[in-house]
Amino acid sequence: MGEKCCESGTEQNGVTMILSCSGGSNVGQLANQAAVELTREGYGKMFCLAGIGGHLSGFVQSAKDVDKLVVIDGCEIGCSRAILDHLKIPMTAYVVLTKDPGIEKNKDFNLKREEIEKVKETVKTAGKMTKAEAGAAGSVCCA
Amino acid sequence: MEVKILGPGCPKCQQTEKVVKEALQEAGVQANVEKVKDTMEIANYGVFGTPAVVIDGEVKSVGKIPKKEEVLQWLKK
Repeated sequence: MGEKCCESGTEQNGVTMILSCSGGSNVGQLANQAAVELTREGYGKMFCLAGIGGHLSGFVQSAKDVDKLVVIDGCEIGCSRAILDHLKIPMTAYVVLTKDPGIEKNKDFNLKREEIEKVKETVKTAGKMTKAEAGAAGSVCCA
Repeated sequence: MEVKILGPGCPKCQQTEKVVKEALQEAGVQANVEKVKDTMEIANYGVFGTPAVVIDGEVKSVGKIPKKEEVLQWLKK
């Protein structure tokens, strides 16, 4: 898997998989909503993190074999990243909403349109980052 | 051994089936190879794309044509 991850040129092919933490806070739900809207808009395709966390082989292998994997965590606890690290699944881009775009975590589920848009833009920008930058952000890719 | 090739029957699916069958022959492994084309049945495996290869219920490969060497490794386990 590491070899595939580090091959040049492969990451631009195929569909981008989007995984979001979808947790029980505003940032968790912002991550989820951004993933839903980015899927609707054709940026990528949201996939089931719960299936990966459950170690179901179809979900785990799909995440391992996809060319480009974008992960959105709501906060710095980093549950999504922890799931992927545990299974040694490399990410190509990683976003933490409390860090960048710097949204404060709370329990208000009335999501703000401007914050959803900000998250989507952050994800799109992160999707352009290099493998080295993704590694610095916590990806196991090329570690 | 039960081997399933998940996919609608596209050229990549056909190539995947060919590679798997070659690997089975080379390894001398007897297996029932089934092509799964039904979309709902494929969805039940939780795969992100096709073709996908399932060996004895475990998904081994998704969205690509596996190399014969990879398949041979899967058959050893």
